[in-house]
Amino acid sequence: MANGESEVGADAPAGGFVQLLTPEGERVDSVTTAEGVTYSVSFTDEEYRELYRDLVTVRRLDAEATALQRQGELGIWASLLGQEAAQVGSGRAMRKQDMAFPTYREHGVLYTRGIDPIMPFGLFRGVDQGGWDPNEYKFNTYTIVIGSQTLHATGYAMGVTMDGRTGGPDGEAVIAYFGDGATSQGEVNEAFVWAGVFNSPMVFFCQNNQYAISEPLERQTRIPLYRRAAGFGFPGVRIDGNDVLASYAVTRSALDNARNGNGPTLIEAYTYRMGAHTSSDDPTRYRIASEVESWKAKDPISRFKAFLTKQQLADDDFFGQVDEDARTLALNLREQVLAMPDPQPISIFDNVYPNGSPLVDAQRKQFADYQAAFEGSAH
Amino acid sequence: MSETLTLGKALNHGLRRALENDPKVVIMGEDVGKLGGVFRITDGLQKDFGENRVIDTPLAEAGIVGTAVGLAIRGYRPVCEIQFDGFVFPAYNQIVAQVAKMYYRSLGNVRLPIVIRIPYGGGIGAVEHHSESPEAYFSHTPGLKVVTCSNSADAYSMIQQAITSDDPIIFFEPKRRYWEKGEVDLSLAPQDAYPLHSSRVAREGGDATLIAYGPMVRVALDAAEAAAEDGRNLEVIDLRSLSPLDLDPVYASVRKTGHAVVVHEAPGNLGLGAEIAARITEECFYSLEAPVLRVTGYDVPYPAARVEEEYLPDLDRVLDAVDRSFGW
Repeated sequence: MANGESEVGADAPAGGFVQLLTPEGERVDSVTTAEGVTYSVSFTDEEYRELYRDLVTVRRLDAEATALQRQGELGIWASLLGQEAAQVGSGRAMRKQDMAFPTYREHGVLYTRGIDPIMPFGLFRGVDQGGWDPNEYKFNTYTIVIGSQTLHATGYAMGVTMDGRTGGPDGEAVIAYFGDGATSQGEVNEAFVWAGVFNSPMVFFCQNNQYAISEPLERQTRIPLYRRAAGFGFPGVRIDGNDVLASYAVTRSALDNARNGNGPTLIEAYTYRMGAHTSSDDPTRYRIASEVESWKAKDPISRFKAFLTKQQLADDDFFGQVDEDARTLALNLREQVLAMPDPQPISIFDNVYPNGSPLVDAQRKQFADYQAAFEGSAH
Repeated sequence: MSETLTLGKALNHGLRRALENDPKVVIMGEDVGKLGGVFRITDGLQKDFGENRVIDTPLAEAGIVGTAVGLAIRGYRPVCEIQFDGFVFPAYNQIVAQVAKMYYRSLGNVRLPIVIRIPYGGGIGAVEHHSESPEAYFSHTPGLKVVTCSNSADAYSMIQQAITSDDPIIFFEPKRRYWEKGEVDLSLAPQDAYPLHSSRVAREGGDATLIAYGPMVRVALDAAEAAAEDGRNLEVIDLRSLSPLDLDPVYASVRKTGHAVVVHEAPGNLGLGAEIAARITEECFYSLEAPVLRVTGYDVPYPAARVEEEYLPDLDRVLDAVDRSFGW
């Protein structure tokens, strides 16, 4: 993709990708793609440090969640380990008015939206289905059925256009998250069709983490995923998904294109799922240790730390403080998870219909009467 | 201002009224714009309300319903047209996994006031996938409401009531009745019309109860007319709402008659009739003179057009069931 690929090391897949920070922590000033689009970032020293803080924090929170699952406090956890740069970069690239449609793994994006990290834990602990108000947080509820949310994002983006909210820097844009597996879903391809036909103000952000549970990318596609976009009539860009700067630069550019009324973009963030698909998965059954090791060398956080160190933007005190702050947040998260009350059984009858239903009402009463029959007895 | 309108035209008027009353209402589907829909139910609406209100979509049903979800999150009230009953299945995932569950999942934060219109049922001599009655799939799904109209007046009011409701509603239209005429009061506001989720006695009688909905209401009424000539007075109840069911009028009728026959086009096995029979049995056990009987489509794929009349419940099969009930 990037014609600067020869400058940016040998780690790019065939066809290249946009990379602004190498695995060794070297900055690439800008990358111009074969289509002539130039990507770069200009951050203040403080902004660089905050990006680092984001990366470390979301990884630390994720590690805490994994531990909580192992300790039996969460029913399941979908780890983002290895995908921090893709999520933090794209999440920070969103403007306040932009709307995100996540999968169930976008904890890093959620964090960058300024949302309390506890929010999705009801879902993973099993006390609810992951409920919040998408419009309040500009972040839709987690969607578990693979790819379905891409259509929701596209419809929402159509609404943005119908509301006349595109066409300038204050315009709104929408970002749909999904993975490499989802690109095989009919619904995702329908979302591509719709977004193209209606010139929807949106970005399709595909985190290609190389695996759909056990199935490698080769089982989903025979061309690089970003090239799919050409068939739908909009640009596709591949980025180094482990490079938070590339993720930020390309997503910001694509979102701004969208809000200006220039239609959708597909971004393929080429990354790697360092952990299991979820805590229920055993990746040793389908991938070899040396592959995982090779990706460790491309870690998104260590490269950013190396960059900050080399540029003398941060010192050990700073790194130590970030770790400590992240730890505090993680312990706070743990406490909140442990304090989550189990729902009242009668609450299963709540929120089935906005206008209620006599059938549900009758069953709620039946259930309450049945429960009450046991009260005071030694059943 | 009562007018004589076909059921299809009454729907068209109802949709027009809904578009007039709320700028957030949008109609979307295949061929609904310039063509006015293959049954012309949306005829003239795009011309009058524009391409942003009446949207010709790409040909993909999951896309129609999936983007409607996003539009609803954005604050719109989408009315989706699925062109034919048998074409709803590509959208089944979005309807059952998303539309039905979003309100529950979001702890009541996300309302999806989506109406999915589906012309359904047979009797029009069509090819495969154009004559099915898939209402049980949707009635079985918590989170969805399911209604069907049987006449012009209901068509006009019920479509407007469905659109103003915040519940996601599957709106089944009896396609073979699109051309049947009835009196419609066009000045009737939806909130003043008969309640959406209520069944209604379509014909009073004291000897047996016929329970029908959608296209079968006409068949039941015709059967009652024929039975009356033989001195048997059949009560006909038009269910109108399939989820939730409003069975109190049914129970009242069966307690009076002691005989109940449920009629629907869909296959009988695990169809609406099974649920209705079970509930009547539970509520009216000591009033029943015979088991609740069902007259339904057979448990075969919808057959070819040349033999569909044998498949569809008709007047004779309904009267035969009434005879069996009395002979029990």
